[in-house]
Amino acid sequence: MRWKWLVPTLYIVFLMLPIYWLINMSFKTTNEILAGFSPFPQKFTIESYVEILTNPVWYWGYINSMIYVVLNTVISVAVALPAAYAFSRYRFLGDKHLFFWLLTNRMAPPAVFALPFLQLYSSVGLFDTHIAVALAHCLFNIPLAVWILEGFMSGVPKEIDETAYIDGYSFPRFFVKIFMPLIASGIGVTAFFCFMFSWVEMLLAKTLTSVAAKPIAAVMTRTASTSGYELGLLAAAGVLTIIPGAIVIYFVRNYIAKGFALGRV
Amino acid sequence: MTKTQNNRAWFLVLPVLVLVAMNAIIPLMTVVNYSLQETFGDNLFFWSGTDNYVAVLHSPRFHAALLRQFAFTFIILLIEVPLGVAIALAMPRAGVWSSVCLVLMALPLLIPWNVVGAMWNIFALPDIGLLGWGLNALGINFNYTNQPVSAWFTIVLMDVWHWTSLVVLLAFAGLRSIDEAYYRAAKIDGASRWAVFRYIQLPKMRQVLIIAILLRFIDSFMIYTEPFVLTGGGPGNATTLLSIDLVKAALGEFNLGIAAAMSIIYFLMTLFVCWLFYTLMTQGKEDAA
Repeated sequence: MRWKWLVPTLYIVFLMLPIYWLINMSFKTTNEILAGFSPFPQKFTIESYVEILTNPVWYWGYINSMIYVVLNTVISVAVALPAAYAFSRYRFLGDKHLFFWLLTNRMAPPAVFALPFLQLYSSVGLFDTHIAVALAHCLFNIPLAVWILEGFMSGVPKEIDETAYIDGYSFPRFFVKIFMPLIASGIGVTAFFCFMFSWVEMLLAKTLTSVAAKPIAAVMTRTASTSGYELGLLAAAGVLTIIPGAIVIYFVRNYIAKGFALGRV
Repeated sequence: MTKTQNNRAWFLVLPVLVLVAMNAIIPLMTVVNYSLQETFGDNLFFWSGTDNYVAVLHSPRFHAALLRQFAFTFIILLIEVPLGVAIALAMPRAGVWSSVCLVLMALPLLIPWNVVGAMWNIFALPDIGLLGWGLNALGINFNYTNQPVSAWFTIVLMDVWHWTSLVVLLAFAGLRSIDEAYYRAAKIDGASRWAVFRYIQLPKMRQVLIIAILLRFIDSFMIYTEPFVLTGGGPGNATTLLSIDLVKAALGEFNLGIAAAMSIIYFLMTLFVCWLFYTLMTQGKEDAA
């Protein structure tokens, strides 16, 4: 199998091509993009990036997105921790049905829920707030978080719990001081997945906001419709949406594979 | 692990229950409510029973969208699962290159879906995009904005680009959990490459592969943003998948009753498939224990 390395290499080249094209366009002016095909920018410009990083409408799009993504990740992991513990340690009335019902929500198509969500969050006065998007994304992120964490927790022997209780630990103290450090990598992996799915979901985020909490996706479509297609600007904005994800992957790179295996995502 | 019977565990589940129920049950009831009524605007609603459901189930448009949806899901599963497994098998199993592969491969998974659509929209344009220009330069007449075949080729390729890495990561995790001793034993027995795959690697990957297929089925079944941004469902209705058709009916034509009935039917179908997979999965777990 001397040529084995070719398979992943070719695959990665295939993955990088559209990204290369996006980066290529982001350094061109819109006129040059529309003028015709060219594999490299003829007149290299960083105008688009300067525009995004100096115009508050643009960079607030990123900040808004980051705010609700972080909020969602914190909420999802915080409430999923005790629930996953319950599912991994106890049998209780309706536990299996409850677990399945939770999972089904991971499967709910956002397109189905967009309009009812809009009405729900408008009626409680949360329309156009970061917390509305963060809560809406809980629909699919909490089930996922419970699912992954339950996998990690089941890998921790139950004797540890019992010993701690005999030693006089109360449940909250045991959970925070002993149990959470044991599944730290699991919490990291869970947070990664919550971050990822909240960051990439744009349909609900766009539906639930208008001005104050407008995510980057909405800013991008607005620019596309008001001033024709500002392709250079759009490409630069696209490149900048890849960066937070790339940073997060870099930090969890050693846990991704492990997380998938233990957490049975 | 043996679990203790303890109904007070409900208190630990309560916060999750409240948050998810608020997000799941209230909107679902709204949809059910709409699906049973007829509206002519002005916020006037009339009870119409199951009329909307009957209309949807008999509508050729719904059948066409459903058929396209199943075709799409089937095609991408057929490509992504074997391809993902093959790539995972060929990847370096440890070391720096393994990390490099993982990081680069995970990249498409973290790009917002509308950006993925926009990116491919330009990438595949015949005059200024690398893919479209390249195909035309090779003598293939390719233009996804007016040829249904090209449009299908583009959305399938986009999905393969976007999601194969998920299958790779899952399969890779499954492979990593195999103890080195199995391979050594196989080598001593003189097992062929195929036998190693069939009797050692595949059974160990079974659990994660079921999850991969489940996730890919569900996510491709509810795909909306990427094809909407890429082709807008066109040319004509050629790539109008279920979600796109649904949103067209709800927001484009403001046909709330029909759209809601479609949503419920759609949701029940996904639910059924999930139940099927869930049963498969939990059965596998009991067998292993």
